[in-house]
Amino acid sequence: MTSKHILKLCLLLLIFSCASSNISKIEGKRIDIDDSLSANKAVEDFITPYRLHVNKDMDSIISYAPETYTKSDGEFNTAIGNLMADAVYSEGNPVFMQQSKKNIDFVLLNHGGIRSILSKGNVTTRTAYGIMPFENSVVVVALKGEQINEMMVYLSKAKRAHPVSHQLQLTLDKNSEVRSTTVNGKPIDINRTYYVATNDYLYNGGDGMDFFQTNEGLYVLNYKIRNVLIDNFKKTDTLNPKQDQRFIKLKD
Amino acid sequence: MKRRQFIQKSTAATVLASVGGLGLQSFSAPRTKKITILHTNDVHSHIDPFGPEDGRNANKGGVARRATLVESIRMENPNTLLLDAGDIFQGTPYFNYYGGELEFKLMSMLKYDVATIGNHDFDNGIDGLYAQIPHADFEFVSANYDFSNTVMDTHVKPYKIIVKDGIKIGIFGLGIELDGLVNKDMYKETVYHNPIEIAQDMSRILKEEQSCDLVICLSHIGYQYKNNPDKVSDITLARATKDIDLIIGGHTHTFLPKPTIETNSIGKNVLVNQVGCFGLYLGKIDFYFEPGKKVTAEGASIIV
Repeated sequence: MTSKHILKLCLLLLIFSCASSNISKIEGKRIDIDDSLSANKAVEDFITPYRLHVNKDMDSIISYAPETYTKSDGEFNTAIGNLMADAVYSEGNPVFMQQSKKNIDFVLLNHGGIRSILSKGNVTTRTAYGIMPFENSVVVVALKGEQINEMMVYLSKAKRAHPVSHQLQLTLDKNSEVRSTTVNGKPIDINRTYYVATNDYLYNGGDGMDFFQTNEGLYVLNYKIRNVLIDNFKKTDTLNPKQDQRFIKLKD
Repeated sequence: MKRRQFIQKSTAATVLASVGGLGLQSFSAPRTKKITILHTNDVHSHIDPFGPEDGRNANKGGVARRATLVESIRMENPNTLLLDAGDIFQGTPYFNYYGGELEFKLMSMLKYDVATIGNHDFDNGIDGLYAQIPHADFEFVSANYDFSNTVMDTHVKPYKIIVKDGIKIGIFGLGIELDGLVNKDMYKETVYHNPIEIAQDMSRILKEEQSCDLVICLSHIGYQYKNNPDKVSDITLARATKDIDLIIGGHTHTFLPKPTIETNSIGKNVLVNQVGCFGLYLGKIDFYFEPGKKVTAEGASIIV
C-alpha cells in the first residue's frame, strides 16, 4: 500500500467513524415515584394556588364507603358498576319523567367508564371526580325490542362487566350465549319501545355500541354522570353497593 | 477486497492513531456516549401524589417529586431526554377546572422535550387541546394523525430530531384509532392512518434519509391486546417494523416492571416500554454508543 492509499483509507475511516455511532449497550429500568423523593419546591409552589382553589370545593365529605370497591371485583357485574348504573336510574328517572312523562326502563353504562376505585372511608366530591372525571351526560335512547336483543348479544360477546341497572336481568349460558333477558321481570317484546338511559359517549358509538344508532328518539337530560354520583352520594349516609345476579354467566 | 477486509477488521483505535499521525486534530478521542431517555405515559392530570388513604396507590406519584428525580438524572447526565406518550389530560379535577393548562405548564417546568397525543387529549375537543398549546414549551409529534384540516395543523409534527452530544435522535409519534373511542365532534377532521405503515415509513426516513443514530417511537396505540391479538399494538408494531430502537407506549396503562425485548422484522432487538399510568413511575432507558464500532451480530447487550 502506498502512503496515498493509507491517507485515503484513513479519511474514509474517519468519515465512517464520525458518521455512525452504534449502540453498544442498553440499560432499562423503572423508577418509583414515591415519598422517598422530596418535592421540588419551585414546582410545588407553582401548584399551590391551583390546589387551594380546587380543594376548597373537592374535600367536602358527602358519604361513607364501608369497603374498597373496584371495577375488577366481578366478571359480569361489580358492586361499583351496579352502584353507578342504579344511581343513574334513581337520579335520572325523575328528570326524564318530568321531561317526557315516561319512565326509564333500565340503564347501560360502560366498564371502561369507571375511572377509579371507590376507596374505603369518607366519600367526598373528589371521589366522584375520580370515578367519573369526564364531562359525559345522561341521555335516554328509545330503542325497539329488536335493538335491546342486539344490545344483549353485544354484552354477551363483550365479556366485560358493563354496568347495568337492576331492572335488567341478563343470563348467559356456559358458552356465553344469551340464555334469557328480562326487563322488570318481563321478557323482551320486540315490538315494544324501551327507554334506555346511557351516556352520550356510548350513544355516539363509543365502545362499539352501534345498537344505539337505530333508535326511535333521543332525550338529552343535561345531567352530567358525575353530578348524578354527587347527588346520589349526598342522599346516602353509607354506600352499600353489592354484586348481585343482574348480569351473570351460568357455569353449566 | 483486501481494503474492505482491512476496514472491517480495523479498530477505532488504529484509525485514530493513523489520523493523529497525519495531523488531523479536529476529531476528538473516541469515547462512549450515553443518552438517557426518561418517559411517562397516561399521567391523566395526576399532579398531586395519591393521599395516604388511597386504596391502591397510597403516597405514590406526584409531579413535584418527579421534578426532583428528573433534575437529579439530568445533573448526572445532561444528555437526557424527557418524553411523554400521551393522555396527559383527564383524570383529576385539575383538568376539569383548568382544562389542561396546569398539566402543560408543569411539563414545561420539568423541561419535557417531546410528547405524543392520546385519545383523552381530545376530551375538551380539538379546540380545547389547541387552546392549551401556548402553555406547552415542548413539542408534539404524531405521524399517523393528519391534522391538516383542523386547528392543530402545524402544531403537531410527524417527528422531531434532537441532537445530544453528537448523537442524532429521531422521535416519531403514533396515535390510536379515534373512531369508536372519541366522539367525532371532539376530534373533528383529524384523520387516522394505519400505524404500522406509517411507522415503516417513519423509521426509513429517520434511519436512512436522516441518518439518526437512535430511533424512538412515542406511541399511544396500546401495549398488547390479549383478547384481540391482531389489533395493532406496540408488540405487533415492534415485530412488523425495522430500525426502531425503542417504542415508548401508552393507552393500555400497562405496568411493565422492566422493558420488553421484542424481535423486529429483520431479527433485531427492539425495546418496548410502558410505565402504567398516573405518574406512579418514571421509565429510564440508557443507550451507550461506541463511535464507529460495529456491534456483535446480536446487537447491543441489553440489561433490563
